[in-house]
Amino acid sequence: MSGQIVIQKAFKAFNRGSVNEVKAINGIDLTINDGDFITIIGSNGAGKSTFLNALAGSFFLDSGSIIMGGEDVTTWPEHKRAAKIGRVFQDPLLGTCAGATIEQNMALAKKRGKSRGLGLGVKGRDRAYFRENLAQLGLGLEDRLRTATGLLSGGQRQALTMLMATMVRPELLLLDEHTAALDPKTAQMILELTQEMVEQQNLTALMVTHNMNQAINLGNRLVMFHRGRVVLDIAGEEKQDLKVEDLLQRFAELRGDEELSDRMLLC
Amino acid sequence: MTMYAFYGALEQGFAYGLMVLGVYLTFRILDFPDLTVDGSLPLGASVSAVAITAGYSPVVAILMASGAGFLAGMVTGILNTKLRILHLLASILTMIALYSVNLRIMGKPNVTLLGQDTIVDWFTQFSGLPQYLSTPVLFCAICAVAAVVLVWFLHTEIGLALLATGDNPQMITSQGVNTHTVIIFGVGLSNAMVACSGALVAQNQGAADVNMGVGSIVAGLASVIIGETVFGDKTIFRAILAALLGSVLYRVAIALALGLKLGAFSITPSDLNLITALLVVIALTAPTMKQKFFSKGSAA
Repeated sequence: MSGQIVIQKAFKAFNRGSVNEVKAINGIDLTINDGDFITIIGSNGAGKSTFLNALAGSFFLDSGSIIMGGEDVTTWPEHKRAAKIGRVFQDPLLGTCAGATIEQNMALAKKRGKSRGLGLGVKGRDRAYFRENLAQLGLGLEDRLRTATGLLSGGQRQALTMLMATMVRPELLLLDEHTAALDPKTAQMILELTQEMVEQQNLTALMVTHNMNQAINLGNRLVMFHRGRVVLDIAGEEKQDLKVEDLLQRFAELRGDEELSDRMLLC
Repeated sequence: MTMYAFYGALEQGFAYGLMVLGVYLTFRILDFPDLTVDGSLPLGASVSAVAITAGYSPVVAILMASGAGFLAGMVTGILNTKLRILHLLASILTMIALYSVNLRIMGKPNVTLLGQDTIVDWFTQFSGLPQYLSTPVLFCAICAVAAVVLVWFLHTEIGLALLATGDNPQMITSQGVNTHTVIIFGVGLSNAMVACSGALVAQNQGAADVNMGVGSIVAGLASVIIGETVFGDKTIFRAILAALLGSVLYRVAIALALGLKLGAFSITPSDLNLITALLVVIALTAPTMKQKFFSKGSAA
């Protein structure tokens, strides 16, 4: 199976050996099947974002292994893993280059994981393709190819980042609370775009979210993190039948005597 | 200001033009405050002077100087990326190390090029122009070629990656680019231009001196900022042109300042560093001052 991603016995601690030691990833085993669209939930500090960063290669695991499409990428640096991974960040400013134009950003993304040479960065023949892609967004960006990305709104930049992350089909798409910093309407737009893209291209994706409804309604599989571990992993019909109350109850059980955080009550 | 002084300022402005382009590349494109310049400028001068006295052609000497500058820049880049030393400190380390290296290369504090053929002599003979004209024309032509090449380069695939590395390292890493490699190469390229400039200056003034680099980073920065303030930096092409013209403007400003006489008081070349520092402060604060002034005016 080419597209399968297998994470085995993953551990990662920060500030090791000090009193501030945090076991951010504390023994995760997870197999992501080809075409899985997994939503990830968990309280703050559960290790969701850390896990995504570990997959992207922002840091190396203390122990354990990550196999992607049959290749052991555990020791691959971030820029090398980028050939397999598309990323959208929580901060809409992180995914695009503010000083470069829209077409330059897209040209950069079109070369993700490929070697770059002395050919023109933005080729004439690419422009039609970029325009076509941008038109899908319905934001009117197709007529602003030469606008500096820094002049776009957060939502527009996030939509552009989505396009860029999937321009070269990624083996894995990582979405780290990518709608959290947007207003509700824009967030909804980005979410619909996400669903559309994942379905159209049959992508394998991981999406971290704090919104229980999103987590239940999107994707085919739901994973709950707690203290650096996977505590819940449900898919298929079982997931479809899931209700927000079930999840909240599950959270409450996990926390035991710990008080519910505001964040969870709000969802 | 006499016509000769003006031509002199043009000549200086374009001779240091490549250095200014190098400073622009690190400070503005790579977002890497690189002080290696104060060492790589005399490095270029030393290498080219020693090469010429050893019998190499002036053009080969310039190429050798550029190569040496590239290596010096790479050292700064490696100190910063692979050894994780703060960029500013990494460049200062290379800069002071280069002082000793330059002394080693020359074997003494300065090397004169008296009686040696330089690129300036060649061009004067070739063009038939008087020397006060031929030198600015030659340096202007070299700068124009370098500027065109740099504009083209920054629009290539690698150039765009360089641009993005300075702008958003996380983004470009996620696009599969190794930012370490880009920084090492970028700082190298910048210092190759700076050393090339040093070689031109040495061939023009007929000597290389180990102390000729002092304050050149501030002069370079002043030129970049003056250029941006006066000519704008909306596009890469415009910004690069502005940096070059800023270099000329800076030298003109210095020439004007040197001509100032207030009664018994006159400005001497030893006041140059003070004047340069003041120029940078003015150029840096002018945009905000202007804004403040105008917004107050409209409010009242």
